[in-house]
Amino acid sequence: MYTSTIYTVACFLEYTWYQKTRRASQSASSAATHWRCANASVRIAENVISVNVPSLMRPLAAVDRMKSVDFSWLIGGPQGSGVETASLIFSNICAQAGYHIFGKREFHSNIKGEHSYFGVRVADHVVRSNTDSVELLVSYDAETIFRHYDSVSPNGVVIYDSDMDKVEVSDVSTLDSHFQNRLLQSIRSHNAPPTVHGILDIVRRQGVTLYPVSFREMLATLAEQQNNPRLQRMKRMYNVLGVSLSLGLLRAPLDMMTHTIRTIFSKKPVIGDLNADAAVYAYKKAVNEFRPFGHIVDVIPTRPGTALVQGFQGTAIGKMVAGCRFQSYYPITPASDESVYIESNNMLEQNDGKPASVVVVQTEDEISAIGMMIGAALTGTRSSTSTSGPGFSLMAEALGWAGINEVPVVITLYQRSGPSTGLPTRHGQDDLLFAIYAGHGEFPRIVYASGDIEESFYDTCQCFNYSDIFQIPVIHMMDKFLASTTTTCPIFDPTRVTIDRGRLLDRIDSEHEYKRFQLGGDGISPRSYLGLEDGIFWNSGDESDEVGHITEDPVLRREMMDKRLSRLDLVLDRVPQVEQAVLHATGDYTIISWGSTKGPILDAIEMLRNESVSIGFLQIKMLHPFPAKYVADLLKSAKVIIDVESNQTAQMGKLFLQNSIKPIDYYILKYTGRAITSTEIYDALQDIISGIDSDTVVLTHGP
Amino acid sequence: MALRIADYKTDVHNDWCPGCGDFGIVNAIQMSLAEMGIRRDQAAIFSGVGCSGKTVHFVNTYGIHTLHGRVLPFAQGAKVANPDLTVVAVGGDGDGLGIGAGHFVAAGRRDIDMTYIIFDNGVYGLTKGQASPTLKLWEQPKSLPKPNMNYNVNPIGLAITSGYTFVARGYSYDVRHLKSLITQAIRHKGVSFLDVLQPCPTYNDINTRDWYAGLDMKDLAERHSRIYKLEDTGYDPEVHPADENDLDDKISQALIRSLDWGNKIPIGVFYKNDHISSFSERMSEHLPTYVEHPPYRQRISTDDKPAVNVDGLLDSLLI
Repeated sequence: MYTSTIYTVACFLEYTWYQKTRRASQSASSAATHWRCANASVRIAENVISVNVPSLMRPLAAVDRMKSVDFSWLIGGPQGSGVETASLIFSNICAQAGYHIFGKREFHSNIKGEHSYFGVRVADHVVRSNTDSVELLVSYDAETIFRHYDSVSPNGVVIYDSDMDKVEVSDVSTLDSHFQNRLLQSIRSHNAPPTVHGILDIVRRQGVTLYPVSFREMLATLAEQQNNPRLQRMKRMYNVLGVSLSLGLLRAPLDMMTHTIRTIFSKKPVIGDLNADAAVYAYKKAVNEFRPFGHIVDVIPTRPGTALVQGFQGTAIGKMVAGCRFQSYYPITPASDESVYIESNNMLEQNDGKPASVVVVQTEDEISAIGMMIGAALTGTRSSTSTSGPGFSLMAEALGWAGINEVPVVITLYQRSGPSTGLPTRHGQDDLLFAIYAGHGEFPRIVYASGDIEESFYDTCQCFNYSDIFQIPVIHMMDKFLASTTTTCPIFDPTRVTIDRGRLLDRIDSEHEYKRFQLGGDGISPRSYLGLEDGIFWNSGDESDEVGHITEDPVLRREMMDKRLSRLDLVLDRVPQVEQAVLHATGDYTIISWGSTKGPILDAIEMLRNESVSIGFLQIKMLHPFPAKYVADLLKSAKVIIDVESNQTAQMGKLFLQNSIKPIDYYILKYTGRAITSTEIYDALQDIISGIDSDTVVLTHGP
Repeated sequence: MALRIADYKTDVHNDWCPGCGDFGIVNAIQMSLAEMGIRRDQAAIFSGVGCSGKTVHFVNTYGIHTLHGRVLPFAQGAKVANPDLTVVAVGGDGDGLGIGAGHFVAAGRRDIDMTYIIFDNGVYGLTKGQASPTLKLWEQPKSLPKPNMNYNVNPIGLAITSGYTFVARGYSYDVRHLKSLITQAIRHKGVSFLDVLQPCPTYNDINTRDWYAGLDMKDLAERHSRIYKLEDTGYDPEVHPADENDLDDKISQALIRSLDWGNKIPIGVFYKNDHISSFSERMSEHLPTYVEHPPYRQRISTDDKPAVNVDGLLDSLLI
C-alpha cells in the first residue's frame, strides 16, 4: 500500500516538477529575490492570497546566505494517517528548492494505528545519513511528542497540536509498556507531569521553541472562512496542516507547496483543492505567528541531473536497464516494493523502437520464486528475484541447484533484522554470513553489497554481468535502511552500463557434440539455453557428467567440483579491483565496513575532517569471494582498524579476520533495528580516539 | 526428416527396478513426442526427485532434473519466459502431492500451458518404501513398520478444484492409452494433469500389476480387471459452454468419479475445459507485447550497451 501510493504520487509529481525546476534553476536568483520581497503577493490558482510577511520574515542578509543549511525535520503520526504523504510533500519541495535531501521512514509491522515517522534531513551540501537530533519536530498526535521529544536539539522547534496538551502517557494505547516505563522514569526524573504539556515543558526549559497550534481550531476557522462546514471534520488533513506549518516556518516557496499538494491529490481534485487551501492557511499562520527558524528553505540553484529517489528504485531500474526480463517474488518487507515498482513500469521501450517488457510473477512462496527464476534463466532470459531474510532462508536449497548447474541468476537480498520474523520492518545487516554459506554442499557464488541507492543501480547491472560471465548465482546485498530511504542523488546514467552475457551461445556449432559442462579451458563452458537449436543439455541436482547426466564417478566428481569452484579465483582475478573494494579515505584510524553504513560513515568522517581528525574508510563490496589480497594491500599502512556494522556479531569482521589481514582493534555495532546515524559514528570515533576501555561500541539511537 | 521414437531415447543406462511401471510412462512420453513430431530442441522435460526424477535423462530433449517437490516452479518459469517451448513436468506422488502440494495448487490457479504427469505408486520408492500421500488409510506396504494412519489425498479431485483444465488418469501398463492421454494433455492449451497409476514392484506389494488386473479376486467367474476406461462408459469429460450449468455438472461428475477405487478404478479423461482464457491471453492483458515478444526473445543489448530506453522513468525522478 505504502509503495503504490508513494511512487505513483512521486512519479507524477516529480514529472510535473521536472520541467518547472529546470526553469526554476535558470532563474534561481530572481526567485530568491522574489522571496525576499516584503509584502510578497503570491498567486495561487484562482485565489489571490496575500501573504503578510514584512513584520516577521527576516530580511535575508548576506550573512544568512553564507550560513550553511543543514537541519532535520521529523513528522510522526499513526500509521495510515498520511505521514508518508506529508514527508513526500516536504521532501519534494525542499529538493525542488535546490537542497540535498536524506529522508528515512520508520514504521511498525502494522497497517493502521501504530506509530510511524519520517525524518528528513535538508542541507545545502551533500548529506548521506540521518543525525541524532531533530531541529524541527511536527506532530499532530501525542505519541510523536512522547517518542521524539528527547531528540529535539536545544535550538530546535516543536510544532504540535495544543489540543493534545493534557493527554497523558497512559492515554496513548499504542505506547508499549517497555517504552512507557522508560518514558515515565525520565519524566519523573525531571519532576514533570506525565502529559504532553509536561514533557514539552522539559524541552522548553532546555531552549526548544514550542509552537502550540490547535489543529481543531485551524479546521474550524478554515471551515468558516471557506464557508464549508465539512472542513471542520477533516482530521485527515492534519498531516498537510503539519507539513505546511513547517514550510511556513521555513519560508519555503509557497507556489511550490500548493502546486505539489495539488499534484499529489491530482486524482481527487476536490480533495486537492481543500488540502491546498488548508495548506496556504497554515503556511500563512506560521509566517505570521512563528518567529523565523534558524534555517530558511528559499530557492537556491539546483544541480542539473539531480533526482529524488527512493531506496528500491536503484535496483528496480537497474534490473530494467540490465535486461532482466523475468522477476519472480513472494511478498515480503522490505523487498516487495522493488517488484511492485517493476510490475507497475513493466512495459518498456527499446532504442530500436521494439517493445521491451519485464514479466513479474508473484509466486506461492519463495521456493517457487527461486525455482521460477531459475527456470526462466535456463531459457537464456536474464532473471531475478528479490527477497528478505525469511524468504532467502527458503531459497537455500534451490540456490545450490543453481550453483551445481551453473545457472546465472541474481537474488536481490533486502536484509531486515532477524532471526526468524525478528523485527520485520526494521533494519539490520544480519544476513551476510548466511548469504555466503546458504545451501548445503560447496558451490561458487558471489555476494556483493551496495553502499547507497545510486551505487545500487550500477551494481545491479554489474551483478547480472558477473552472473553471466562466471555462470554462478549472485546475491546482491541491500537492506531496509536503503529500501526506506528517500534521497537526492545524481540521476542514474544507463550510458555508463555495459551488458556482458559471457559465454551465452546464440547458435551451436553442430560439427561437435555440444556439452553444457565441458571440462577444460578456464572452467567456464559455453552456455546453451532451452530452445536453442541443437543445444540440448541436461541439468540435474545430482552431480553430472559433461552433458548433464547423473554420475557418481569419483574422478568426474572431483573434476566437476574443481571446475565449478575455480570460479571463485576467476572472480577475484577478473572483476576490476575498484568494483571489489573502495578506499574512500586514508588515515591512521581506518574504518572497514560494507553496505548501507557507507553514508553515515562518510558523513561522520567529514565532520571529523572539519575538526582536523583524519579517518580512513574502506568499503568492501565484494564480500564473497573475499578480496583478501587486495584489501590487505589497501590497508598496508593502516594502524588502527575499526569495523562498523549493523549486526551483533560483526559478521564482516569475521571474514576479515578469517583472511588474516590484520587484527581488528575496535568494533562499532548496532543491532536495535534502527539505522546507524552519522552522529553515532562520529561520537563513537571520538570515544575511540580519546581512548576507551572497551573494544566495542554499541550504538542505540532511535525510537 | 520425420522423427522416430528412437530419436527421443538416450543411451543413458536405465537403473529402474525390473518390472517398474516407470518404463511404460517414459515409453509413452517418447511415443507421444514422436507422434506429434515435436522438435527435440523445442521440448523441455522437467522432473522432481525420486525414481521418476531420472525420467529426463532417458528422453532426448532438453531435460531438467530439479529438486524434490519443486518441479512445477522450475517448469513454469521456463514456460513463462519461453512460451514457444513444449513443457512437460514429471514427478512422483510424494514429490507432487506431499512436499510439492503447495506448488501443485498454485500451478492449477495459474493454468499455464504445460503438462504435469505424476507417477503415482503410493510409496516413496527411492528412500525404501515409506508411505506417500496417495496411500490409503491403514494400508501397509511391506516396508512400513506400522499401517498408514493417514487418509489419502485425491489427486484428480485436488487437480480439478485447483483449476487444472485437463485432468486425466492413465495406467502405466496400458502404454498406448497412456500415450494418447499424454498427447491430448500436451495439445490442451492450459495446464494438464495426468495421474498415472504406476505399480512399484519393489515396495508396493498391495497395488501390484496383478492386483490392478484383478488376479487376486477369489471368484473366478467374477474376476475382472480393476481398471476400466471412462470413455468406454460414454462418459463426456468436456465442458460445453452452451449449457450454462455444464461447468458445474462436469466438475461434479469428475469429482464423483475421482472417488472410485477398489474394484472399479477409472482411467481416461475426467475433466476438460477448453473455454477459459489461456495464461498467455491473461498475461497479454498486463503486457500487450507478451506473445510476440516474450522474455526469452528480447534482445537486451546493442553493441554491449543496454537496448532499453528508460528515459521516461528517469525523467520522472528528476527534480
